[in-house]
Amino acid sequence: MAKIIFTSNLERHCHCPTKIVVGNTVIEVLKNYFSEYPAIQSYVLDDQDKLRKNMLIAVNNEIISDRVTLLDPVKENDEVFVLQALSGG
Amino acid sequence: MSIKNKFHVATRKGWFEFIRENNTWKINQTAFAGVPVSISLAKNGSDIYFAALNHGHFGTKLHRSDNAGKSWQEISTPKYVKKNDTDEAPSLELIWSLEYANHTNECFLWAGTIPGGLFYSSDQGESWQLNESLWHQDARKNWFGGGYDQPGIHSICVNPRNDKHVTVAVSCAGVWMTNDGGETWKIHASGMRAEYLPPEKAYDPNVQDPHRMVQNPSDPTKFWVQHHNGIFHSNDSAVSWQEITSASPSHFGFAVVTHPTDANIAWFVPAIKDECRIPVDGKMVVMRTSNGGQTFEQLTTGLPQEHAFDLVYRHGLDIDSTGDCLVMGSTTGNLWISEDQGEHWHSLSNNLPPIYSVRFVK
Repeated sequence: MAKIIFTSNLERHCHCPTKIVVGNTVIEVLKNYFSEYPAIQSYVLDDQDKLRKNMLIAVNNEIISDRVTLLDPVKENDEVFVLQALSGG
Repeated sequence: MSIKNKFHVATRKGWFEFIRENNTWKINQTAFAGVPVSISLAKNGSDIYFAALNHGHFGTKLHRSDNAGKSWQEISTPKYVKKNDTDEAPSLELIWSLEYANHTNECFLWAGTIPGGLFYSSDQGESWQLNESLWHQDARKNWFGGGYDQPGIHSICVNPRNDKHVTVAVSCAGVWMTNDGGETWKIHASGMRAEYLPPEKAYDPNVQDPHRMVQNPSDPTKFWVQHHNGIFHSNDSAVSWQEITSASPSHFGFAVVTHPTDANIAWFVPAIKDECRIPVDGKMVVMRTSNGGQTFEQLTTGLPQEHAFDLVYRHGLDIDSTGDCLVMGSTTGNLWISEDQGEHWHSLSNNLPPIYSVRFVK
């Protein structure tokens, strides 16, 4: 079980509360979360289920390296942060 | 017929509705503050509104209001099918155009997108289907981006007399037409010229960059295009295009509208070509032809004539169904209205966000 936490900027557009979710990889954690909150998926992943270009995911303090298949491992009690890069004006 | 009393503005920081009351235009309501809205759609007499949002980080989303803008809900967004070869697999970048696919039933919609897919909905945007026939054209492999990294469909003209006759313009892939509601497509850019390519490729229909295309409502055989390379006109349902070279101060621009009942009348907003993209000599000008492009007038009354840096994007100019009232929005947040076919312009705002689209509710 891991805790998944979304950037507060997303909450403005789509309900995405912090939850404890089952999963051994980032994609498993996300998919399990999306099964309960399906509307958030397209805000995080593109049409090909890749992480959107300006989004970041960190497991604890480490930014994940696999943005395509999202197979970075997630261990018991890890924290998965879904974040956005800052840009624009 | 009276001047329409409502139009919508899509901007980099939200959506605005302007209404005309007691001979004065004013903002009636707003939505999506801070969020880029690429295009909107609404029909006179209907409470159904659409707005396409481009969240950037969070992707493109489509929203619909069922109560004339009082509240909005996110609806389905056109989606590209997931493929295994992830390097080449497309993903929706932008909803660049949105039109009714049927002139009497507002359930049916077309959406033109970047990276180049045309989508159809038969349920007011609750679901979308990619037009496979256009998407799988062999020629699409050679489409390329103009302004954006990937190609996109920015103009969708549905023949007012025949909904199955649809013409789309693509940056950069010329003009494509179907006569059977999208089952088959043919390219229709013969005569267009791309000066920016090697001479032997300049007339290749599939490399043309039409910035904006409009079809005349009263004579659907006639089209106008503001092309990257100049102004083009067709009198034969886009079978052939003639380049118009009489416009001054510039052939370059993005926007074009045509008079609803006279195909010889059209308006353009010129700018200095290519990288510069600002008004010529700092003067904001609207060009109008009333004789099919033989001559052009420069309309400037009410527009800034020094130090203007306004660029009017593809969808930044619209005309109402009387042909008298025009609205124009610029990248610097200026919004102007003319109620006499462009002879006189009146500023409605100098401090809106950069404007992507203006549309009368007609």
